[in-house]
Amino acid sequence: MLKELLDKKDMDRILARMAHEILEKNKGTKELCLVGIQSGGVHLAKRLAGKIKEIEGREIPVGSLDIAFYRDDLNIRKEQPQVRKTDVPCEITDMKVVLVDDVLFTGRSIRAALDALMDMGRPSCIQLAVLIDRGHRELPIKADFAGKNIPTATDENVEVSLEEDGLEDKVTIE
Amino acid sequence: MKLSSKDLLGIKELTKDEITLILDTASGFKDVLKRDIKKVPALRGKTAVNLFFEPSTRTRTSFELAEKRLSLDVLNLSVTTSSVVKGESLIDTALNIQALGADFMVIRHSSSGAPHLISKHIDATVINGGDGINEHPTQALLDAFTIKEKIGRIEGLKIAIVGDILHSRVAKSNIYLLTKFGAEVRLIGPPTLVPKELEGLGVRIFHDMDSGLGGVNAVMVLRIQMERQGKGFFPSTLEYSKNWGLTSERLSMADKDAIVMHPGPMNRGLEVASDVADGPRSVILEQVTNGLAVRMAVMYLLAGVRE
Repeated sequence: MLKELLDKKDMDRILARMAHEILEKNKGTKELCLVGIQSGGVHLAKRLAGKIKEIEGREIPVGSLDIAFYRDDLNIRKEQPQVRKTDVPCEITDMKVVLVDDVLFTGRSIRAALDALMDMGRPSCIQLAVLIDRGHRELPIKADFAGKNIPTATDENVEVSLEEDGLEDKVTIE
Repeated sequence: MKLSSKDLLGIKELTKDEITLILDTASGFKDVLKRDIKKVPALRGKTAVNLFFEPSTRTRTSFELAEKRLSLDVLNLSVTTSSVVKGESLIDTALNIQALGADFMVIRHSSSGAPHLISKHIDATVINGGDGINEHPTQALLDAFTIKEKIGRIEGLKIAIVGDILHSRVAKSNIYLLTKFGAEVRLIGPPTLVPKELEGLGVRIFHDMDSGLGGVNAVMVLRIQMERQGKGFFPSTLEYSKNWGLTSERLSMADKDAIVMHPGPMNRGLEVASDVADGPRSVILEQVTNGLAVRMAVMYLLAGVRE
């Protein structure tokens, strides 16, 4: 049974709050960059960067990261994950990188993203921002900035749909 | 979407969707090749064996590098130093290598159909690196990738392939792929090397270079295979280059943005003039870079096919 957890307005307020939190923790935009994990985190990263610009008046680099090659389940999946674009427009060495994803679940995607980032440079620190934290971590990974914590059962499915993909802005659970 | 066969034996067996999947995946790998650390752990711990029964530097090193970039362990077997010299059969060679734990076998052989024969007897993934005068699928894939990257599409384009088509596995694979994608393929060369029978493949045949090149969007030049000289295919290499060598004058017959391609290695000054090979329309070196990305894509996708 499909249930709507967040609507467009909820999501907008949450992203605004997260943008403030990111700026607060990092004391501004100096050496800050956002990297969205393909494909759920990419548009969210751009939205957060937009909000940061509204608040602070500064633009920060925003990139996208494809983690297909770094996944730990390539041997057991039924088919290879689709390969998408990785476009990190800045040198990440010595930068504060905030990884952005839509849903944090087992933490394995984040582990893959960490490996991918490490192959690209040596950030001064990596932080994690997620719209939804649904629990059930299988690795010791935590979000520094979480939009909403939602307790879920493992067989439930949390979907974040976005206007940029031609859908309505909403978060649903089924 | 995934590939339907555990092997890559030829373009003939691939559907348009499968080819598109390979080319799209190759774009992602091209990004990896631009990074400082040009390696991804995707196929870590797997083993690839390059079994080359025919000499090759270009294709073999391209595969070897592609394998290493995917974190595979690589073994190169050159026939002259192997037990094949002692009379071991092809199938036995392959079975023995599989017994050592090879997950991938890239095979180049002078007999058409050799990789197909091997694939029937082993469970490992078989990739055809060129078999006789049959096919060279990864070459056609990298050529298609280059055309798509430079021109944006394949459908509706006019593409000329010039040279010894009869003996060219590169030409055959390209003909299959380009016709599958709806391009008009023109074969240009002397009647001895471009016989009329090839029209059955859905191509147009020209023996006159200038009329054949009229308005084409891409010219693929094939190497004059010197080893076939003296068998009556053409009077002399000079005669060949006079009639079918790609000079800048001849190139001007093609579309003003036409690209010049060559699978390599090239006989500079013979099938292609130096100024054309080094000119602004030549994409010959990009083909080499793209070859790496395409071969990585092929191996990545084949690794995902499990019986």
